[in-house]
Amino acid sequence: MSEAKTDLVDVQIDGVWHRFPKGTRMIEACRQAGVEVPHYCYHPKLTSPGNCRMCLVEMGLPPRPAPGAEAPEPDEDGHLPISWMPRPVIACANTVGPNMGIRTTGPLTEECRKGVMEFLLANHPLDCPICDQAGECSLQEFSVEHGKGESRFREQKVKKPKNVDVGPRIRLDDERCIMCSRCIRFTDEIADDPVLGFTDRGSHTVLTVYPGRELANNYSLNTVDICPVGALTSNDFRFQMRVWFMRETHTIDTNCATGCNITVFSRQNKIYRITPRQNNEVNSDWMPDSHRLNYHWIESEARLTDPLVKEGGHHRIADWSEALATAADRLSSLKGGEIAVIASARMTNEELLLVKRLAKQLKAGHLDTVARTGEADGYLISSDRNPNTNGAKLILGLENPGSGIAAIQRGIEEGRIKGLLVLQENIVDEAGFSPELLGKLDFLLSTYPIANATADASHLVLPGACWAEKSGTMINATGRLQRLNKAVDAPGQTFEPWEIVRDLIQATGGGNGVHAVTDIFKQLTAEVEAFAGLTWGQIGDLGLPLLETDVTIPLLEREKQRIASGLIVG
Amino acid sequence: MSGISYKSGREPHPKEHRVVFRNVDREGWDTSLATYLGEGGYEQWKKALQLPRQEIIDAVKQSGLRGRGGAGFPCGVKWGFIPPTNTKPVYLICNADESEPGTFKDRYILHQDPHQLLEGMAISCFAVGANLAYIYIREEFPEAAVIVEKAIAEAHEKGLLGKNILGSGFDLDIFVHRGAGAYICGEETGLIESLEGKRPYPRIKPPYFPAAMGLYLCPTIVNNVETLCHVKHILEIGAEAWAKTGTPNNTGTRILCVSGDVQKPGYFEVEVGKVTLGEVINEMCGGLKPGRSLKAVIPGGSSAKVLRAGDVYSVGRGDDARELTLWDIPMDFDTLAACGSMAGSGGVIVIDDSRPISWVLNNINGFYAHESCGQCTPCREGTLWMKKITDRLVAGQASPSDIDTLYGVAKNIDGRTICAFGEACAWPTESFIEKFRDELTSDTRPELEGAIVNSETLTAAAGL
Amino acid sequence: MSLAVPTALEKEIDDRITHYPVSKRSAVLPVLHLLQHQFGHITEEAIEWTAAKLELEPIKVLEVVTFYPGFRQEAPGKYHIRVCRTLSCAMAGSYELMDSLCEKTGIDRSGVTHHHPIAVSPDGKYSIEFAECLASCGFGPVCMVNDDFHEKVSDADSLLSQYSK
Repeated sequence: MSEAKTDLVDVQIDGVWHRFPKGTRMIEACRQAGVEVPHYCYHPKLTSPGNCRMCLVEMGLPPRPAPGAEAPEPDEDGHLPISWMPRPVIACANTVGPNMGIRTTGPLTEECRKGVMEFLLANHPLDCPICDQAGECSLQEFSVEHGKGESRFREQKVKKPKNVDVGPRIRLDDERCIMCSRCIRFTDEIADDPVLGFTDRGSHTVLTVYPGRELANNYSLNTVDICPVGALTSNDFRFQMRVWFMRETHTIDTNCATGCNITVFSRQNKIYRITPRQNNEVNSDWMPDSHRLNYHWIESEARLTDPLVKEGGHHRIADWSEALATAADRLSSLKGGEIAVIASARMTNEELLLVKRLAKQLKAGHLDTVARTGEADGYLISSDRNPNTNGAKLILGLENPGSGIAAIQRGIEEGRIKGLLVLQENIVDEAGFSPELLGKLDFLLSTYPIANATADASHLVLPGACWAEKSGTMINATGRLQRLNKAVDAPGQTFEPWEIVRDLIQATGGGNGVHAVTDIFKQLTAEVEAFAGLTWGQIGDLGLPLLETDVTIPLLEREKQRIASGLIVG
Repeated sequence: MSGISYKSGREPHPKEHRVVFRNVDREGWDTSLATYLGEGGYEQWKKALQLPRQEIIDAVKQSGLRGRGGAGFPCGVKWGFIPPTNTKPVYLICNADESEPGTFKDRYILHQDPHQLLEGMAISCFAVGANLAYIYIREEFPEAAVIVEKAIAEAHEKGLLGKNILGSGFDLDIFVHRGAGAYICGEETGLIESLEGKRPYPRIKPPYFPAAMGLYLCPTIVNNVETLCHVKHILEIGAEAWAKTGTPNNTGTRILCVSGDVQKPGYFEVEVGKVTLGEVINEMCGGLKPGRSLKAVIPGGSSAKVLRAGDVYSVGRGDDARELTLWDIPMDFDTLAACGSMAGSGGVIVIDDSRPISWVLNNINGFYAHESCGQCTPCREGTLWMKKITDRLVAGQASPSDIDTLYGVAKNIDGRTICAFGEACAWPTESFIEKFRDELTSDTRPELEGAIVNSETLTAAAGL
Repeated sequence: MSLAVPTALEKEIDDRITHYPVSKRSAVLPVLHLLQHQFGHITEEAIEWTAAKLELEPIKVLEVVTFYPGFRQEAPGKYHIRVCRTLSCAMAGSYELMDSLCEKTGIDRSGVTHHHPIAVSPDGKYSIEFAECLASCGFGPVCMVNDDFHEKVSDADSLLSQYSK
């Protein structure tokens, strides 16, 4: 640490002295000092072209005395006077140095910002009323803060292509584009799919996708996120909802073990959009399109909304008290060794703790989860498509989740297993259980958010909430403990899985008085050593490292290299 | 210059001092290596290969040679910016993108004396340690590219370029790289991007100072054609002797290119600061056209701020303080800067009283609007805006406040862009308005104040 | 769709590429120059051929082609005339020269825009465009016809008569 201290430099920002590591970009130094410098092209995860000129600030250094003249005297704090440069500099690409001064206020900086705003809006269509970006547009934001409120531009605007189909998920309005090049840099530097570029020149420059090619890579929608204006919009979200009406929930993606941090945008219990949320230890600022768009099923007509009891080969709606009584009744007729439990690595740690308790109470002979794998994409998508395999291992004590499934199948086949509880899984489609095999069971209970083949075969079906409708914690592939937060209410009589498992525990004999997920988390800290001493609040929005694993996330590893080489801030 | 004769009608003016242009328009001269060798060609190159590199760099520093491309930056100092700890390859690029309006000098060196350039380049490459060099020739000089490539081939054949040159152990390859019609490629980092096969978007400085992170992010020296030629002569006559030509801090000779409203436009190599603007116009160029009076002069390429006839300029300090009329201004870097303009690329454009200032400015604005690369906001949006305003001005469709807007737009570009194009495009508008506001305002119509401009009004104005 | 590049030309191109030992991408301009010289203008096929040759994404070539006025994406006439438009030549009468050349060749420039700078004569023999400063400002008006350079062009007829075949 002492070594690092020698590299600190004193920098005056708007009259106040601060200390930063030498080489810190001016814009980041200002941010750390609580001074936001407006910008469009700068993005800490991309190279800095310095093209938007919005971050121009006044900069000064100690005066250089003429040869023979006396050197300036430092003041009592050891700071030299600052001689201000007549020309503004960009804060995004310049770094701080010893005794540097930065002014983000004052006539020069203000004039620069007003000038750039006027230029950016000169040929802009000003179609805010029908623009999807309205409400989260940097042009709007900085117009309010730094604009003039009126334009002197009285000429005809440059005409450019509108409503251009640049790929299956994205539309481009070239008249709104401010040529910041963020999207081009993203596709070049992060997605390795350089299909975007600028064509023509000067005021006629247009963002273009190469004719016959598409911006179709699985990270394409990140360009929409980083577009500071309404030039790139998402086909999925376009014209669906004004952004200011939506509620934001910080949670995590559950499509794979990476657990990308996300924000769910919803209004009146309907999800309209999911965007990546910055977490430099997990997903940086990005997420795959396939994960981001995998939410429409939540609104499906096929959602299970009530408990269902099978009678005479048909399901009928039951209420929860009947359903739980049925479960207790049927399970009590079975011996412990005749019961198996298949839980899900999509369940939270809290749910899994209750599952463990339920299995113990039932003296279940088998307990496992369903493994779910796919190809890792070399960016953010893990080969493990369960979000909480590490939680299942840790809490259920499974060494190799999924390895006990065959034994359960055999047990059912051989008639040793007569009762099966399937929690938040569809084992017909995803674990190789045939409906015929399941037909041999005396009692099959399953919970799931949506109608499925396992539910079809179940004697008792309980509607369990999906990831967006529940809270809890999960442990991602790298061993990071992260919080899942409920974004919307589950439909009908659907309950969160932890509530269902708690009620099953109570119905089958034990009451444990758990009233909230946080209660279970407290029990986790008492019962599972890795959680010892943690609090719910401590986990925060960004999670914390819990387990040591040797898993790394390829995109982050490349990002670290770019940071080390000074290409990006990170 | 005894014994040299020039083609009839192309003889140098007596006030000229020909060094770099010694062979331009020369009787019996051609671009062959044999001709060049016959006059002591490549002797300095042979000499250089025997010298310690630092000695050459020191000589160039001592000579005070300032870049002839536009900025007038001391060449030796520029060379000295290569980091002493550098371990990467070093490149040298000759900027032959001659594209500043009003400038037409490098064209003659390329077309008529390519070996002089190659010798100057070779010496410079050796000095800075470059084994690979490019000559970036503008696309509009197709013949020059052929001539220079032929010269390179000849020099290679004679072992003056290539591997282990003249047994020195020094390798050097020089290649011609043709541009494709873009003024911005004259900006050194734009040129480098172009040479890398990209859009010639100038780079931000810091961190991309060419001498540290230039071509392929290696140290790169970019020098103008005329500048590189001078290196040969500095070596030939010695830095001290060379520095005796010209005036202090404005040493050597430079080529002035005069165009516009004079009787005999042309190019003149003169000692820097030894001739006045009046001498250039009245003596070297035969004066103004009959019956005309001088209105303005753009002294250093179209980007240079305009000088108004009749103005008096205060220059110098202390004992040296004096007042100059436009006619008395010596054509050197420092005095032109003191007069509020610049020596720039040496392109002098003379404007007489027959020219409406609005028309002149509109033409210049058309150039910059066409040539803006469009990378950074102020210039991309501002250059076309300025052109649109002056389009209306010449069409009689501007109001007096449009002049204020025009000035404000220029000021909002000036000093706020990635490269010097921002100044280049803003200075003409700023200076024309500062010097000729009354005339420009007289072309406006007060009743148009606040009028909406669209294609209909413009079409109506044009009488179509 | 693919471009038929004669063997000799491809050899020349390959040779040019060797001038850029550090990065093949640097050869974008020279390759495009050679292709334009051969085919008259740069087609989509030429862009894709260049991209494949230099192992680049085609967008990186298109970005370059559209930046430079020296590369044409529309077919010119047999004789392509570039008239200097910039100040010194304009003072020397280049706009008048343009009008005169258009009149003599029957070229209609009314459809010329930023994106379509070239106008072609009805017989396809001549095409014309304004160019920015051609760097011979003392001897305007200046123009280029294909690769030939002409100074002090005062008479459209005498210029065109050199390109009448």
